Amino acid sequence: MEIRRKVLLVDDDPELLDIYRDTFTELPSKPEVETATTGTKALAMLESGEYRLLVTDLRMPRMDGLQLLAIVRRKWPELRTVVLTSNADERFRSRVYALGVDLYWSKPSSEAEMAQFVECMESLLAREEEPGFRGVQSKSLVDLVQLECISQGSTVLRITNGPFTGHIWVSNGEVVDAETEEVRGEAAFQRILRWKAGNFEFLPAEPARPRTIFKPYNALLLETAQAIDESNHAPEAVETIAPAGPPDSPLTPASGLTALMETDGVEFALKMVADTRIDSRGLNQPELLATWVRQSVNRFRELGESLQAGNLDLITGMGAQQNLTIANKGGTDLCVGWKPDLTAEDLRERMKKIVTLWAS
Amino acid sequence: MGFITSWFRSTKPLLQLYTGSFSIDRTGQILATTIPSSFPNDLLRSIGQAVMRTFNEAQAARLSLGELVIHFPGLKITAREMRGGAFIFLTTPQSQTTYKRKQSLL
Repeated sequence: MEIRRKVLLVDDDPELLDIYRDTFTELPSKPEVETATTGTKALAMLESGEYRLLVTDLRMPRMDGLQLLAIVRRKWPELRTVVLTSNADERFRSRVYALGVDLYWSKPSSEAEMAQFVECMESLLAREEEPGFRGVQSKSLVDLVQLECISQGSTVLRITNGPFTGHIWVSNGEVVDAETEEVRGEAAFQRILRWKAGNFEFLPAEPARPRTIFKPYNALLLETAQAIDESNHAPEAVETIAPAGPPDSPLTPASGLTALMETDGVEFALKMVADTRIDSRGLNQPELLATWVRQSVNRFRELGESLQAGNLDLITGMGAQQNLTIANKGGTDLCVGWKPDLTAEDLRERMKKIVTLWAS
Repeated sequence: MGFITSWFRSTKPLLQLYTGSFSIDRTGQILATTIPSSFPNDLLRSIGQAVMRTFNEAQAARLSLGELVIHFPGLKITAREMRGGAFIFLTTPQSQTTYKRKQSLL
């Protein structure tokens, strides 16, 4: 049975809503279209139903589009969002994209623009929801490597996962080399294949690339799958993101804080789940720090919402004796203490890597 | 009639975020600011108070922090503790991009 995706259109102008409703109803995917004339009504509707796409105006009385989007991005991060506005101020375009909105459209003023808009909306609705690497939806990296190897092709596969970049060299259907984060060979290949989402591109082949991997691709993929499987079931595997540490085993939530403590520059770590459960390493009085972290995160989360600046990404605290960073991923607040000689930018980059690996 | 109702439909202006700085005293009162006056004063005070409370509570938690950087997708807040008060910089992603572009041209 064909699933009709639900679309919610929000605009304070009922006449425009009618026009948009007709337009959306005629899309090839035949979505189920509902409308709301205010942000608060839209939020109530989102609470009560599963929507695939939200299309909203920016300028609305009481709750404007930015306020609505700030709440929507936090509460329904999977929901695809589109801003459709007649606001000509271009400064809002980057602001809207910073909030994590999928598309920013000026209200179509001609038939050609409307046709483009319709095409865009259809493509947004047609996209699969399963995670995958952009370009080939719902395909894992293993599939991509296999595809290239089976076709006896030669290429360089460039993969990005947040702050990380990896390369896999394929020559005449065999994986000959891999590299990421100063790690090369099989270890790099295994590390890259653990990434669950990101972007990839095929670059021209580099036949002169020195070979560091000599196993047939089938054996390589099988061993990698086994290694990933084993590490997922090993709660306290020794894992680190530092180049100096074991190169073939990235940090994961399963590996715990012990692994995090082995990361270069880390002095202490504190993990808090759902405001109650605390786990820490390297701290004498974790409760004291936990209270401060919890208060600070809640305070700045609320501030971000009232400023319509998007969800809180990261807090960095710097002092003469210590530095710390706080981030949230998947309902877990993670506070990491660092040596005081690191700069704010260093701290941000390192924490981003930790969070990416944690999530991956 | 439709024209009249749409003409009189009241929509408040969207909140614009700015790049600039301001200083606050130990009670969170604003002393001086370069942020345009169109930015709501109560929001500016909220930022200042949030920063001051975080600094003060850090001391109570035996953390001696001199600087806080809070990253949002649409705004970066950098606060430096200063004689009991604080100096706060607000940076929007646009201004960061412009600065980086200028740096690369130099």
